[in-house]
Amino acid sequence: MSILAASSTTATFVAPHVEFGKLSPMLIAFGTATLGILVEAFAPRKQRYGIQVGLALVGIAASFAAVLALAGTTASVVAQGSVAVDGTTLFLQGTILVISFVAFLVIAERKTDQNQDAFAAQGASVPGSAAERETTRRGWQTTEVYPLLMFSVGGMLLFPAANDLLTMFVALEALSLPLYLVCGLARHRRLLSQEAALKYFLLGAFSSAFFLYGAAMLYGYAGSVNLAVIAQHVAHPTAGSTLLYTGVALLGMGLLFKVGAAPFHMWTPDVYQGAPTPVTGFMAAATKIAAFGALVRVLDVGLGVNSAENVWRPVMQAVAIITMIVGGVLALTQRDIKRMLAYSAILNAGYLLIGVTSTTAQARAAVLFYLPVYGVAIIGAFAVVTLVRDAGGEATDLSRWAGLGRRAPIPAALLAVFLLAFAGIPFTSIFIGKFAIFQAALAAGSPDLVIVAVLASALAAFFYLRVVVVMFFSDPLPQGPTIAHPSIAVKTALAVAAFATVALGVAPSLLLHLANNSAGILAK
Amino acid sequence: MDTYVPVLILGLIAGGFAVFSVIMGAMTGPKRYNRAKYDSYECGIEPTPQPVGGGRFPVKYYLTAMLFIVFDIEIVFLYPWAVAFDSLGWFGLAEMFLFILTVFVAYAYVWRRGGLEWD
Repeated sequence: MSILAASSTTATFVAPHVEFGKLSPMLIAFGTATLGILVEAFAPRKQRYGIQVGLALVGIAASFAAVLALAGTTASVVAQGSVAVDGTTLFLQGTILVISFVAFLVIAERKTDQNQDAFAAQGASVPGSAAERETTRRGWQTTEVYPLLMFSVGGMLLFPAANDLLTMFVALEALSLPLYLVCGLARHRRLLSQEAALKYFLLGAFSSAFFLYGAAMLYGYAGSVNLAVIAQHVAHPTAGSTLLYTGVALLGMGLLFKVGAAPFHMWTPDVYQGAPTPVTGFMAAATKIAAFGALVRVLDVGLGVNSAENVWRPVMQAVAIITMIVGGVLALTQRDIKRMLAYSAILNAGYLLIGVTSTTAQARAAVLFYLPVYGVAIIGAFAVVTLVRDAGGEATDLSRWAGLGRRAPIPAALLAVFLLAFAGIPFTSIFIGKFAIFQAALAAGSPDLVIVAVLASALAAFFYLRVVVVMFFSDPLPQGPTIAHPSIAVKTALAVAAFATVALGVAPSLLLHLANNSAGILAK
Repeated sequence: MDTYVPVLILGLIAGGFAVFSVIMGAMTGPKRYNRAKYDSYECGIEPTPQPVGGGRFPVKYYLTAMLFIVFDIEIVFLYPWAVAFDSLGWFGLAEMFLFILTVFVAYAYVWRRGGLEWD
């Protein structure tokens, strides 16, 4: 009888409705990645690099065009309630795509390192082995990097749009798994790179498990993984709140790991240092944007009810304070430029968390403004790092950078622009971003957070300016690193990043306006 | 904030228990070291020797197992579709076609890269 009953329920099964148009940015990104795998399978080895880079850039541009086409359409929840396409989603998706385009220009660079890209000739060969030398001599390349990163871009587009926890988890994995792989594929210092990949993978797997466990708890609480349904149950509780609290805590750990907030930040410096530098730039910018988008959506749509906010807000504020202190203090002690930028990324995650915890529309707009301006600047900073090289790849030790400003004024000046922006000097984009976030936090009634943030900024100014001083006011080393001459693509990326950093500091109103408009629209 | 006081107390108890256990274990436990105790633990059997000079492990079994899992999962999704084939209609057919296509793209990659050759 039970079998008959089961078959009668399947007869009433209704085919789901999927709005392919609204999902087109993500579908284009995933489709491009799938095409990239076919290119890997069937194109001759010599032509793969050209085809892959072209395909990826066209895919990102097409996806961006799809975002633009959707801009201004009414906010709606599509694909049976699992994806929200609203102003915030489209703003973040557009940002991620622009950032990815700039990042891919740097990732595809071959001119700085004797016509080799930043990735190992064959990821599977043992570092220092005969197989490695042979594949390098033959000029092999790991062109799988491009479809892998396109999968990651697709996951990043879906992550801030996900309106239920399962879709969010799938997006989280789609964006993370390719990054774990690509982190381990650096051409130089391969052991460091592989160590970074393993650490990132193990800790990332842990955090994903936390996220999934939290999602299960919330399902137990609300009977649904849909954020809107969870919000209804939080507003009108029908059961005890134990499952809610444990669920939120576990889910929060998973998300805070991805944004790189203390005390879940341990992976950041090691991974940022070990990963191929162009990929580090991509991760530091795009992953952060996607993860903060998802965090904002969970907290605003799923847990944006007063009774829930009173529970998570003190914890998140504590996390923001710890993150700023850890990022600011530990960045001071770094001797390696990549590790310093990693701690700076942690510090910036702290500033962003202030905006996230404030939960007003003003704060959300400030976060939306901060994400693109920070992302563009950090990609530019890591792009400059790829240019300073010696025999063993990039010279990332700060002592080797002495006097760089005299030997290579243009790259040093560009890096100085990005670092001054991070330091929050007026007339740079990040100054405006910080100002907007602090203002929103004051308006929302958390002056304590703003005081810590301002103190951390003062501390941060010291270590950013120290790099500028080392570059411009110390004597060059006799055996200093060489400065590679990049291709036109990297020059373009650097020019765009520097221009955006300065222009959005002088005339931020257009992006501020866009962020304000987008922040108000959150489909529920 | 009051909600968190029990959590803090539990954290203190857990931390205290961990510290207490480690210290007491080190102070009171017997210490009999021998070769077997220093060996790495591998399901109770003699550990497989590492390849000389950090050589490579064959991954043939791993590749086969991975491919098996991919097709296994495919069947898991195909089966409910077969049961609800009527009600899903053309939509289900198109979606399932897309799904199988993407699985086959990965399969084509493995095939072209020599993943199906045993030696």
